[in-house]
Amino acid sequence: MSAITTIRQPAVDDLDTLLTGQKQLPASSLSQVNALRAKAIEYLDKLTLPTLRDEDWRFTDISPLSKLSFSTARSASYLEATDIAHFYIEEATTRLVFIDGGYAPQLSSVPTGEGVVVANLPAVTVHAAEIEPHLGRHAAFSDNVFASLNTAFLHDAAVIIVPRDVALVTPVHLLFIATQTAVASTPRCLIIAESGSSVTLIEDYVTMQEEPYFINAMTEISLADNAHVNHIRVQRDSVQAFHIANCAVSIGRSSNYQSVSVALGAQISRYNLDVLLAEGAECVVDGLALIEANQLADTHTCIDHAKPYGVSRQLHKCIAGGSAHVVFNGKIMVRQDAQRTDSVQSSRNLLLTNKAHVDTKPQLEIFADDVKCAHGATVGQLDSEEVFYLKSRGLSDTAARSLLTYAFAADVIDRIPVASLKHRLEKMALEQTSSQS
Amino acid sequence: MIYQNSKVILEVRGLCASVNGIEILKDLDFTAKSGEVHAIMGPNGSGKSTFAKVLAGHSAYEITSGSILFEGKNLFDLAPEERALAGVFLAFQYPIEIPGVANSQFLRLTYNTVQAQRGKEELDPLEFDDFVREKMKLLEISPDFLDRNVNEGFSGGEKKRNEILQMALLDPHLAILDETDSGLDIDALRIISQGVNKLANKDHAIVLVTHYQRLLNYIVPDFVHVMDAGCIIKTGSKDLALELETRGYDWVSAEYQANSKTRSAGMGV
Repeated sequence: MSAITTIRQPAVDDLDTLLTGQKQLPASSLSQVNALRAKAIEYLDKLTLPTLRDEDWRFTDISPLSKLSFSTARSASYLEATDIAHFYIEEATTRLVFIDGGYAPQLSSVPTGEGVVVANLPAVTVHAAEIEPHLGRHAAFSDNVFASLNTAFLHDAAVIIVPRDVALVTPVHLLFIATQTAVASTPRCLIIAESGSSVTLIEDYVTMQEEPYFINAMTEISLADNAHVNHIRVQRDSVQAFHIANCAVSIGRSSNYQSVSVALGAQISRYNLDVLLAEGAECVVDGLALIEANQLADTHTCIDHAKPYGVSRQLHKCIAGGSAHVVFNGKIMVRQDAQRTDSVQSSRNLLLTNKAHVDTKPQLEIFADDVKCAHGATVGQLDSEEVFYLKSRGLSDTAARSLLTYAFAADVIDRIPVASLKHRLEKMALEQTSSQS
Repeated sequence: MIYQNSKVILEVRGLCASVNGIEILKDLDFTAKSGEVHAIMGPNGSGKSTFAKVLAGHSAYEITSGSILFEGKNLFDLAPEERALAGVFLAFQYPIEIPGVANSQFLRLTYNTVQAQRGKEELDPLEFDDFVREKMKLLEISPDFLDRNVNEGFSGGEKKRNEILQMALLDPHLAILDETDSGLDIDALRIISQGVNKLANKDHAIVLVTHYQRLLNYIVPDFVHVMDAGCIIKTGSKDLALELETRGYDWVSAEYQANSKTRSAGMGV
């Protein structure tokens, strides 16, 4: 690796652009936040933007990102609830709205009273002691330029704390809206699910314009023992946008983490998901990338079984039309201690055209000897027998193909436990698949 | 049932078809009139399923000669979906599963597609729900069929019932049932047969492709055809099926070969 580092050009200029405005950030009243920012700036001194020569980025060329210049967002306080109400999710009575990265209290709806905390970081300094063991501790950023950049700008994070044995019945909606062109924003989320608690979280990236912008998001989720978190992540950014996200999840003993991530937008998107399982922890990590034209969607996941009796299930599906490019790298790590691990991973990819392209890499690293691990990857086009079946029922070739493409996507969308969001995404998938066929 | 003044639904003459250069159907002749129920029987590999798929327009089979007229129209001029819209229905031996699509959604889509083509009224989800539930009652199908994904996790019998339900919805003039009875237990077989019998009428022709005489205890055919090596070598009444059950197929082939020798000897004179 060091040999590669030496031949790489320092990318100071790129980072300088991306750090514009960082020095103007007011100091936080949380000393931990100031310390994290300082550490991030220190790391950024040595870090550069990744290139195709980095193993982790060898399929995803992000050089178009460095060719653009981004500024920090202006305040967007002119937005009113009626402008954005169509993004709301009816089941989610609790909602934090961030416009171009900045918290919009007038558009948010937070619980009042004691107990559950759903707020932006500056509003929860009183909970510093609960936040301190988690913020910046689950997601490593010393060797990750985007995580460091995000941390350098840490100020307005969404914070959810679900106290011990509290079950939130309705989902919490974290809504990130892009409204301005050529701005960089660094959304940040911290979810702390205490022992025996349960919560459903919707992390939702949407846009009100179709020009380029840059989202560099970071999420940390901590599940104490016996907790239950449902995490739905939807990325429906502008097709000109750049979306890079890091998410780290620590699952405590006998806890259960279920996630569905859906990527529809962005010119280039990259989602890194790291899941760490304690003893008897379970996770279901499902994903869908549905893209077309010149889009690129890259998902890197690492499911790390550190302790015995962990269970992981992963279904990742990609559909690429046009000359789109999908990338999936799914690492399953079973450490020596993690006996009796039970892990199943499946990567299924559908290419709709000859120009569409997929790189999929299931990666198993098993150091324990008493485990059950299965994985598989398929890449293909629509099955001609299936198309024939539908045509024999009167559907045209186009209708048959779009129904099958839609079904391929809906199989993942179906797993979203929030009905209205599921239906909305099904509709979007239906529109996209019928336009592609 | 055989009716007087019935019209010809399907007329196949000298049909030859091959897959990957191997000839499967050889000079096949077959005629079905409205109201009739035909059973096509024969050993494995005799070309029964190929014939069924050729009728539905499967692209894997190349037609090398012969003709098929469906209600007087050249079937080869029609794409598979056009055949379906014109009234040809094939119940698949192995129906496909479509995870992600609810059966109700799929059934309404196909129903409305066919209705629109026939210039009839399409149904909205509520109207369709009432309509399909009536049909399901007829076929003793449990209502949860509608909410489940198309054939996903269905047992063999459930898949076949779903095929017959589609047949009931699409109201075809020619229904071809490709081994619909294979792998069914006796209850499922009874229910499916009752369904088919209820759907049979004087305007439709039904072609049953089957291995087993057992099905014909429930659906009584007007004609039983024996297929071997790609053509129909014997046609008889329902009693022929019973005879096949006790004697097997070999005697039919032997008889056919003896006859063709006589025929060619006769022609040589």
